[in-house]
Amino acid sequence: MSTIGTEAIEGFNPSHETVQSTRDRLRAGSVVVLLAALAGIPLVANDYWLNAVLIPFLIMSLTALGLNLLMGYAGQASLGSGGFMSVGAYATYNLLLRLPELPLPVSLLLGGIISGLVGVIAGLPSLRIKGFYLVASTLATQFLLEWLFNQYGWFSNYSTSSSISAPRLAFLGHDLSSPTGRYLLTLTTVVVVTAVAARLARSQTGRAWMAIRDMDTAASVIGVPVSAGKLKAFFVSSLVIGIAGALWAFAYLGTVDARSFNLDRSFQVMFAIIIGGMGSISGNFLGAAFMIFVPILLDHFGGGVFGGAVDPGQLENFQKALFGALIVWFLIKEPRGLAALLSRAWTRLASRINR
Amino acid sequence: MSGPILQLRDVSLSFQGIKALNALSFEVARGEICALIGPNGAGKSSLLNIINGVYRADSGSVTFNGEQFIRIRPAHAAHLGVGRTFQHNALFRHLSVLDNVLAGLIRHSRTTLLEHAFGVGRDRRETREFKRRADEIIAFLDLTRHRDTVVATLPYGVQKRVDLARALVGRPSLLLLDEPMAGMNQDEKHEMSRLILETNASLGTTIVLIEHDMSVVMGLSHHVVVLDYGRKVGDGSPEEVRKNPDVIAAYLGTAH
Repeated sequence: MSTIGTEAIEGFNPSHETVQSTRDRLRAGSVVVLLAALAGIPLVANDYWLNAVLIPFLIMSLTALGLNLLMGYAGQASLGSGGFMSVGAYATYNLLLRLPELPLPVSLLLGGIISGLVGVIAGLPSLRIKGFYLVASTLATQFLLEWLFNQYGWFSNYSTSSSISAPRLAFLGHDLSSPTGRYLLTLTTVVVVTAVAARLARSQTGRAWMAIRDMDTAASVIGVPVSAGKLKAFFVSSLVIGIAGALWAFAYLGTVDARSFNLDRSFQVMFAIIIGGMGSISGNFLGAAFMIFVPILLDHFGGGVFGGAVDPGQLENFQKALFGALIVWFLIKEPRGLAALLSRAWTRLASRINR
Repeated sequence: MSGPILQLRDVSLSFQGIKALNALSFEVARGEICALIGPNGAGKSSLLNIINGVYRADSGSVTFNGEQFIRIRPAHAAHLGVGRTFQHNALFRHLSVLDNVLAGLIRHSRTTLLEHAFGVGRDRRETREFKRRADEIIAFLDLTRHRDTVVATLPYGVQKRVDLARALVGRPSLLLLDEPMAGMNQDEKHEMSRLILETNASLGTTIVLIEHDMSVVMGLSHHVVVLDYGRKVGDGSPEEVRKNPDVIAAYLGTAH
C-alpha cells in the first residue's frame, strides 16, 4: 500500500541515507574535536577563563543534562533542580568530612546517589499528578530542601556562617585545588556522566521515558511500566544534578552555600534546557553555553557601547528582559531549541558534501 | 487450552448514571476474528476498555484464558497477552517507527537500569533480539521503508499500521483493534483487512475489532456482536446477523 504522500516523500530525497550517515560522521567528528579542545584548554587559557567561564559552563551543562533526562525525555517538569544540587553538595561535603578515607570519585558518586534517592521521594507525587501540579509539588521540594539545610546545622557541620569552605580536593595523591585541577576534575566527570546518560537515553529505559512523555495512557496499555519509569527518571535525573551540585560547590565556588542553590538556579537550569533543546543531549551544552556566555558577552558589549553611561544595574535588568524574550521566542519558534537548529545545520552541510 | 479465550458475563458500566453497557454477555472463541458493531455511542470502545483494564466494570466479570477477574490493570492485561490499538492516534509521536514498535516489547524485558546505563550484562543481547523481533513485524506490516522515520511525519494510514505493529510485536494472544480503518480510503482499507486476516491466519492471534464499514466487517469476521445502547442485539455469524430483524431495526436499517 502506498499513498501518494509517501511516494512524494521518498521521491524527494533518494540519497536520504547517505546524507544521514555523513551527518552522523560530521557530528561524531565535531564531538571529538570539541573534546580535544576542552582537554587542551588548560594549556592556553588563563585562570579567569577556567574559573569564571569554563568550569561553570561545564557544571551548568551537567545540571541541564540531569533535568533534561527528567523533563525532556520522561516529560516530568521539575523546578527542584536547585534543591537536588544542594542535596548532592551537602551529601558529598559530609562524606568528604566524615569518611575522608573514601576516594573523591566515590564520595561524588555516593553524594549523587543520595540526591537520587531524595529525587525518588520527591517524584512520588508524579504517580498521581502531572503538568502544572507536578511543577508545584517540585517547587515545594525546592523550598523544603532550602529550609532543611538552613535549619539543621548538622548538614553544614555546625558552621557559624551560612557558607562553609569545601575540604581540599585530591585524588590519588594529586592536589586538585588549582584552577587546572578543578577544571580537569569537572571535565572528566562531565564527560563520563554524559557518556553514560547518552547511552541510557538511547536504551530501553530512555525509550520507556519517551513513551511515557509522548502518551502515557498508551504506554501503560502496551505494558510500559509507567510508575517505575517515572521514578527511575527522578532517580537518574537527581543523581546527575546532585553530582553537578557537588561540583558547583567544590570545583566552582569553593564553598557549600544553600543560597547558591535557590529557586533562581532551578529556573536557570530549566531555561537552559528550553533554549538548548528538550530531549537532546547536545542541547544541554548549547543551552548552558547560552546561559553562561551570553551574559558575559552582554557585559562586554554593553560596557563598550554605553561606555559606562548606563547604570550596571539597569544593564542587568536589560539582560533579564532579553533572556525572557528569547525564551518566549524559542518556545514559539523552535520548541526543540538550539539543538534542532544545529541538527538542521549538520543535515544541510551533509547534503552539500554529498552533492 | 480449549474453551473460549474471552468470556464476558453480565458486564455493566455507567458513566454518571448513564448506562454505557447493560448486562452484556458474549464469548470470543480462540483463533477467531470477532467484530463489534453498533451505532456511535453503543458502548463498543467502553467494552474494549473494560477488557484491557482501562475502565472498571460496575458489575459482571471478564474471563480471559480461563482466568476470571473483576478488575485488571492495563499493564497486567498486556502481560497476560492482551494487545490493543487505539481509535484516535496514540503513537509516541516524536519517536521513529522502530522505537514505537520496540516500546511494545518493553514488558518482555529482563534487563535493569544499570545494564542499560553501562551496556553490560544481558543488555546488548536483549537489544539485538528485540530489534530482530521488531524488524520482523515491521517487515510483516510492510513498514520497512518507514522504519527510521518519526511517526508524526507519516501519513495517517501508515500510522494506523504502526499502531498495529506496536501491539503485535509482543505477540498478544488476544488483539483488540479499535476502529483500525477509521479515516482510511478504500485502498488502505483493503490493505489493512488483508493484514488483519494474515495476522489472524499466520500468527494465530484472536482478534476483536470495532468497525463501521459493513462490507469490511462482513468480509473479515467469523463472528459479529451487535450492540445498541449498551445492550447486545445480535450475536452470530455475519450471515445470521445480517438476517436478524432486531439488528436491522437497530443498526443496519437506520440511516447514519
